[in-house]
Amino acid sequence: MFKQKNYLALGAVFVVAVLILSLPPNVTSRLKLVVGSWFSPLFGLVDAAQQLPASLADNALPRRELLHQISLLRQQNQQLLAAQLQANATARENDQLHALIGWQKQAPWKLQPARVVMRDPANWWRTVQINLGSRNGMAVNMPVLTTDGLVGRISAVGATRSQVVLIGDQNCRVSARVENSTHDVGILSASGPLDPALVDLSYLTGGASLKSGQNVLTSGLGGVFPAGIPIGKIVDAQTVEYGLATEARVKLNANPGALDQVLVLTNPQMP
Amino acid sequence: MNVFQTILILAFAFLAVFAETVLPASRNWLGAQVDLLPALMVFAALSSNITTVALLAVFGGVWFDSQSANPLGITILPLIAVGFPIFLRRDLILRDLPFAQFVLGAIASALVPALTILLLLNGGKQPLIGWGSLWQWIVMTAGGALMTPVIFEVFAWCDHALGYQPRSETSFRPDREIQRGRKKD
Repeated sequence: MFKQKNYLALGAVFVVAVLILSLPPNVTSRLKLVVGSWFSPLFGLVDAAQQLPASLADNALPRRELLHQISLLRQQNQQLLAAQLQANATARENDQLHALIGWQKQAPWKLQPARVVMRDPANWWRTVQINLGSRNGMAVNMPVLTTDGLVGRISAVGATRSQVVLIGDQNCRVSARVENSTHDVGILSASGPLDPALVDLSYLTGGASLKSGQNVLTSGLGGVFPAGIPIGKIVDAQTVEYGLATEARVKLNANPGALDQVLVLTNPQMP
Repeated sequence: MNVFQTILILAFAFLAVFAETVLPASRNWLGAQVDLLPALMVFAALSSNITTVALLAVFGGVWFDSQSANPLGITILPLIAVGFPIFLRRDLILRDLPFAQFVLGAIASALVPALTILLLLNGGKQPLIGWGSLWQWIVMTAGGALMTPVIFEVFAWCDHALGYQPRSETSFRPDREIQRGRKKD
């Protein structure tokens, strides 16, 4: 009787697992979000705990220091306004040239700041979750970047949180262009599980002239990432497939292992 | 074993999954995130009933997968695959010895990720694996092994602090008390 109860429990667990695994993908993703939302109160607690030292420090900051910081920020603001004036003039000139040639005018990027709230607990995926969801206008495949460069794309969207699959995960392949004379184009994919900042750039032509330190940008091909987002720098390269192709290792500008604040590109415009 | 312990184990599993998502310390220092669910499963299998083992496998697995890119429910099977044999053979295991706990924790922490990856590959998924995964596997095994005796200690402390403790009998017995002075009839 005792053993029968044990095997019944084993059978029940097995049935539950098979049932959950055999659910349709849309139901599973919804269920995942529902279960994931159970952790929301704990995330709120962590947020509060993280903000507490900062607010305490703010309260303890002397008035003189605050005035000094305001003065510095005013100076910086003036410099940025001057730079913006120059940029506006360049943009106008650029628009006129675009109009002369007949090129489509590029819309400015709309970037929405977000915060990384959690990382994937499994070692074999590279995903994070951000604190914006469908309520904030997030959608699947929106590019995610930092001020240093591209980070990944949104792979699933919940009401208040979204999952971001990072460059270096097998599910995030990016068409990338090397900033060299031949503008070699390849595909960025996972390199290895240990160093998240290192990825492989493969499917380059055999005669690609790659040098260490060359910039790698998004090519705009593939329909997900707009062209020109910085990704990283070439570390080294080698020919593969008996010289028919070249593979390079790329050091990402934005370290995926230390992400905190990110920007979501909400109006990715393809060429 | 009572309902309180089952609730405590499930609450610990919930917090363990949450901690794994927000505390990247072991990932940053050692290159791998240590999973506490296998160690907790060893504790549940050695100290609790089959219902707790089953509930831990289901809820622990679902909570873990909900925070991960794993297909939902895939971690349930490795957890029960580790917990059930330990539960069946627990009368033969010296469960109070920290060394036995350490070894079982190591075995469980090694088997659960290996079985999960096997299931993922079998399901056509593409988890990120390579030679570096061996190092991650070692870190997960060692981390889980070290954490298993700690979990036993934590639960022993919780049991001592929050659970019912039977009153210890004193050596004083009123019927054996030596009567001093003259006996009054």
